[in-house]
Amino acid sequence: MPRFLTNAPIGAAALLAEIASPACGATTLFLGTVRRSAEDGDVASIEYSAYSEMAEAEFGRMVAEAVTRWPAARIALRHRMGRILTGEASIGIAVACPHRAEAYDCSRYLIEETKKRAPVWKKEQLGSGPARWVEPKAAHA
Amino acid sequence: MIVRLRLFASYAEALGRDEIALELPKGANAGDALAAIRARPGADRLPPQPLVAVNRVYATTRTRLSEGDEVALIPPVAGG
Repeated sequence: MPRFLTNAPIGAAALLAEIASPACGATTLFLGTVRRSAEDGDVASIEYSAYSEMAEAEFGRMVAEAVTRWPAARIALRHRMGRILTGEASIGIAVACPHRAEAYDCSRYLIEETKKRAPVWKKEQLGSGPARWVEPKAAHA
Repeated sequence: MIVRLRLFASYAEALGRDEIALELPKGANAGDALAAIRARPGADRLPPQPLVAVNRVYATTRTRLSEGDEVALIPPVAGG
């Protein structure tokens, strides 16, 4: 049963419900959404694919590392696969902690590690023209 | 020994397939698996030193392989 990858739309309420706890006074929700990229032309959708078995394992390792660094953190993470339209979420990361600093730091850690390590790829479908694989750009933070 | 080489995204497109069974000598490493596909059509589109994973963990070309291992060539990742 996949824990992190899904073909379904990412539901913010479901992610938040997973981590809700009376011990936590701070909850962050990060959504990464498909954007119409100004420099690249008119992106209509992005097709996400992954080395699924390794992506599940790698996300598991990232979450374990995050819990080592922020032991009180409660984490729910989903990465959507398949075709995703402009404006829809490709990733959702919900983090609940006793205090806000650790929630923000933990959330940031998880998205940055995802960008570096998750074996996930995307192919942009432009409004006009062919699809193309997206090469990561380190400058975009 | 036989290892399973897996290809993804642009690398799978370059080679025209996403999986190749490779017969390698005992004691071979991930670099040997990469070398074994270099002569295939489309392999010239792979970078000189692609990222590799062995059994679903990031590895190096020096990582030793065993019978039945899964070696993957990982294109530049673009998740999130």
